[in-house]
Amino acid sequence: MNVVAKKPRTIPESSLIGTRIPKMDAPEKASGRTRYIHDINLSGQLYGKILRSARVHARIVAIDTSAAKALPGVHVVLTAADVPDQRPIGVARDHFPLKGDRVRSQRDEIAAVAAESEEIAAAALKLIKVVYEDLPVIADPEDAIKPGAPLLHPAPAGAQPAGATVAHRGKADNIAMRFDYAHGDVVQGEAESDVVIEDTFKLHYVTHCCMGVSGMIAEFDASGSLLMYSNTQVPFLHKREFAEYLNMDPARVRIIQPPIGGGFGSKLDIYPFEVICLFLARAARRPVKLVFSREEEFLASPTRQPVLLTLRSGCKKDGTLTFRQVHTLHDNGAYTSWGATTPFVMMQTFSSLYRVPHCDYHTVAVYTNNPYAGSFRGYGNLQATFAIEQQMDEMAAAIGMDPLAFRLKNAQHTGEVTGQGMEFKSCGFTDCLNTAAQRSDFSRKFADNAAERNQPGHLKRGIGMASMLHVGGGAKIYPSDGCGTILKMDDFANVTLITGASEIGQGSETVLSQLVCEELGLPISALTVVNNDTAITPWDVGVHASRTTFIAGNSAIGAAKKAKTKILAVAAQKFGCTAEELDLRGGCVIKAADGEVVTELSKLIRNLHFSDKAELVMTTFYYEPPSVHQGKDYKGDVSAAYAWATQVVEVEVDTDTGIVRMLKVTGAHDVGRVLNRLGIEGQVEGGIVMGQGYALTENLMIENGVMKNPNFRDYKLITAPEIPEMDVSFIESMDGEGPQGAKGIGEAPAICIAAATANAIANATGVRLYDLPFTPERVYRALHGQTPKLYWKPWVPAA
Amino acid sequence: MSPKHDIEFALNGIRQRVTVPATMNTLEMLRDVLGLTGTKYGCGEGECGACTIQVDGVSMNSCLMFAVDCDGRELTTIEGLANDTRADALRASFVEHGAVQCGFCTPGMVMQADHLLHKHPEPDAETIKAGIEGNICRCTGYKKIVDAIACVGCTNK
Ligand code: FES
Ligand code: FES
Repeated sequence: MNVVAKKPRTIPESSLIGTRIPKMDAPEKASGRTRYIHDINLSGQLYGKILRSARVHARIVAIDTSAAKALPGVHVVLTAADVPDQRPIGVARDHFPLKGDRVRSQRDEIAAVAAESEEIAAAALKLIKVVYEDLPVIADPEDAIKPGAPLLHPAPAGAQPAGATVAHRGKADNIAMRFDYAHGDVVQGEAESDVVIEDTFKLHYVTHCCMGVSGMIAEFDASGSLLMYSNTQVPFLHKREFAEYLNMDPARVRIIQPPIGGGFGSKLDIYPFEVICLFLARAARRPVKLVFSREEEFLASPTRQPVLLTLRSGCKKDGTLTFRQVHTLHDNGAYTSWGATTPFVMMQTFSSLYRVPHCDYHTVAVYTNNPYAGSFRGYGNLQATFAIEQQMDEMAAAIGMDPLAFRLKNAQHTGEVTGQGMEFKSCGFTDCLNTAAQRSDFSRKFADNAAERNQPGHLKRGIGMASMLHVGGGAKIYPSDGCGTILKMDDFANVTLITGASEIGQGSETVLSQLVCEELGLPISALTVVNNDTAITPWDVGVHASRTTFIAGNSAIGAAKKAKTKILAVAAQKFGCTAEELDLRGGCVIKAADGEVVTELSKLIRNLHFSDKAELVMTTFYYEPPSVHQGKDYKGDVSAAYAWATQVVEVEVDTDTGIVRMLKVTGAHDVGRVLNRLGIEGQVEGGIVMGQGYALTENLMIENGVMKNPNFRDYKLITAPEIPEMDVSFIESMDGEGPQGAKGIGEAPAICIAAATANAIANATGVRLYDLPFTPERVYRALHGQTPKLYWKPWVPAA
Repeated sequence: MSPKHDIEFALNGIRQRVTVPATMNTLEMLRDVLGLTGTKYGCGEGECGACTIQVDGVSMNSCLMFAVDCDGRELTTIEGLANDTRADALRASFVEHGAVQCGFCTPGMVMQADHLLHKHPEPDAETIKAGIEGNICRCTGYKKIVDAIACVGCTNK
C-alpha cells in the first residue's frame, strides 16, 4: 500500500453491541422541547369535537343540528346524513365513522363539529338534539351467543339509498370471528393421561392509558391532497386505507408522525375519530385538529379483550404433558378491531409453549354492546399464559412434582418443530427457566412458603413462576412483513438513516443507529434518523408484533453493508489494495489486519464528491424475513424467530385485608442478543410494571355497557411506590436470522406477570384465583371461601 | 363566556401580563395563551402529574390551578429549568439512565424531581418513590426514573 502515514495511528477493535446507549431523542424530551401532536398548531386550524352516544344500544330516531350550526364560530356540523359516501371501517369493515341509524355502544359517534375554538366546538355539541329509541342491551357475551339472542348487526332493513354503502349485509348471529385449530387427537391424549384438570379463567377489561391522549390534525391542500399529522403505528397501510375511506388516490395521502406519547398497540387500527377529522377538514376546507380529553381517551380507545376461557389439560405421572383442550369466548364489543384476532396468537401459546402431542382449540369472539377491543401489548398472550401457566402449577402439584422440574420436562428446545408446525431455530427456554429459578432461589422458597402457609400470622409470602413464547422475528400477518431503508452519507461522513420503521417511544431510532454505526465504524453522534414522514421514508408494514428491531434492524444493516462495500471499493482503488484488506473503524478507513488508519472517512468521501467521477454514498435496502406463512389450518410458522421468557414473582399476601404486595420480579428473557442494554432493560421493566397493573390494580369497569371509571382516579395505574424490585437477565441465544443475533422484546415482558402472580398467591395461601385483577376484595373473598368456583361450559357451535 | 381578568406574574424569570378567562386553568394558559408546550396535559384532574410546574418554588399540578391565581406569583416550567446547573445534571441523568421512553411524562417528572431535590438533596429510593407518587409513567416502570433522580442526589453529597 502506498500510504504516506507520518506516524501510523491504529484504532483498536470495539463494539457498540450490548452497550448502554441513551435514547437519541431523550435530551429533547427531558427539556420539554419535543412537539407531540398536542403541541402542533397550524395557522387557520379549526378544532374538531365529537358527539358520542348517550345510550348503549338504541335506534337513532332523529338528529337536530340546526342550533349547533347557528352558533357563531361553528364552521361545520356533520352527521351520517351529511356524508352519504362514508364507507365502513375497521378490521371487519363493520361500522361507519358516523353512526346513522343505530348506536351499539356508549362510545358511538353520532355527530361532529369543527369550530374556531375547543370551547365553541364543545358548546355546539351541547346544542345537538338526538332522539333515541332504546333497544335491548347485550352486555354479556354468554347472552350474545344464546340462540334467539337479539342481533347486534342485523341485515339493514328496507332498500338503501342509491350509492349508499352498508357496513355489512347483516349477520345471522352475533359471532364476529371464530378460530378452530387442532393437532393430534385429544381423545387419545386424554385416554393416556394419569391426571386431567379443567378450569375456567376469566380475564377482564384493561386499556392502554397512553400518557399522550389520541389526536390528529388533517389538512387538504389546494389540489385536494391530504396531509395528516397522526399517531398511527402503521402509516403505510393506513395511507391506503384512509384513501379508501375518502375515495381518493392513496398517492395523494401523506402522513407525518410526530413523536407519540405511548402506543402499546393502541394505534394499530383506524378509529372513527380519525376518519371524522378528515371529513371535517374536507368540509371546512381548513386544517382541523381533533384531540381527546382523558375521559374520551378511556371511553373511545380500544381495550384489551376480555376472555372467558375453559382449559382442560392432562399429563402422565412422570410429568409428560398429554393433551390440551381449549374453549374461549371473547367479548368483541360492538365492532371488530384487532382484538378479535388475538386468538391467533393465543393458539400458539396453547399449542407450542410446551410440547403438547394433542391440542384442540376453539374460540369465538362475539358482538356485545360493550366497548370494542383492540390490540394491546402481548396480543392475547397475557390471557392464554394466565390460564396455561396456572394449570401447569396445578398439574405439577397433582403429580407431586416441583413446578420448575415439570416445566423443564415439557419445555421446547432449539430445533424442535411443534405440533402446530412452528420451528424454533433459536430457543433459550430452558436457560430462561433455570436462570430465573436460580436467581430467585425458586425451588427452596416455593417449598418453604408452602410449609409456612399454615403458621400463625396474617402476612404470607408466595413465589410463582410463569413462562412465555411470543413472536420475536416479525409476524406474517400481512402479505408482506418487510421494511425499507435509505442510507445517505454526507461529506463529513455523517449518516442520515431514513427508515420506514416508526418510533413510538421504544427506542427504535437508537437501536437502528447502533446497528448502522456498528457496520460503518461510526459513533452514534454521526447518525441522524428520519422515520416519520411517508413522503420521505420507504415502506414498512408498521410497528407491532415486537418486529421493529428484527425487521427494520436487518434492513438497516443491509443498507449499511451496501454502503460499506461501496466505500471500501473506492478506498481500495485509491490506496492500491483490495477491499478485503480494509475495514471501517472509529470514523476512519483502517487496515483490517492491524487497525492502522489509512484515511479519515470524511476525507475520503469529500474526495469522492469533488472528483471528476463524483459519487454519493447512498444506498437502499429492503428486508423481508425468510418467507413463512401459515395455511388455513394455522399450521406452519408465523415468525422468523421466537422470543422466550420466564418470570418469577414474589408476593406478600395480607390475609386480613386481601392486599397483595408485589415484592420482587426475577425475569430471564431470551432476546437473541442484547443490542442496547439500556433500552432493553427499559422495555422489560416497563413491561413488568404494566403486567403488575394488569394483575393487581387495573380494571375498566363496564356495567351494562356503561364505563364506570373513565379516569385515573378510579382506574388505578401502578405508581412508583408500588413497583417491585426487578432482577432482569438476558439469555443470548444468538438467532441466526436476527440483526447481530437479536430478537424482538417489546411485548414479552408484560405477558407472564399475571400468571406468575396467581401462582405466587396460591403458593402463599393455598388458594388459587381464576379471575383478574387480584384486588383486595377479590383476594379476601377467595381466601375466606366466598368465591364459588368459576365454571364456563364450553359453547359448542352448531355444525 | 366567562369574565376575564388581567394578571401579572413572573414566568421563568420574565414578567408577564396576560388577560385570562376566570375559568381557565394554568395549564391551558401556559400552553394556549403563552405557547409553552413543554408542560403536558395528561388528565386535567390532578391525577397524573404530566402538567407539573413550580409555583413560588413548590411543585403543583397546573391543571388544578386557576390561571387567575398565578397573579403575583413566580412560575417555573420545564422550559425555565434550563438555566440552572443542578437542573442540567438532572436532565442529563434522566437521559443517561434511560428514564425517558415516549417522554410524555418526562417534563412533569423532571419538575417534580427538581422540587424533590430541593427538599431532600440526597434522597433515598423510598423518598424518591414517594416524591413522584403523583406522576404516572406508562412506559418505564419507574425504576430508571428513580435511579436517575438518586444519581443526581448522590452527586450532591
Ligand atoms: S394533567 Fe394535571 S395532573 Fe394530569
Ligand atoms: S416515558 Fe412514556 S409515560 Fe413516561
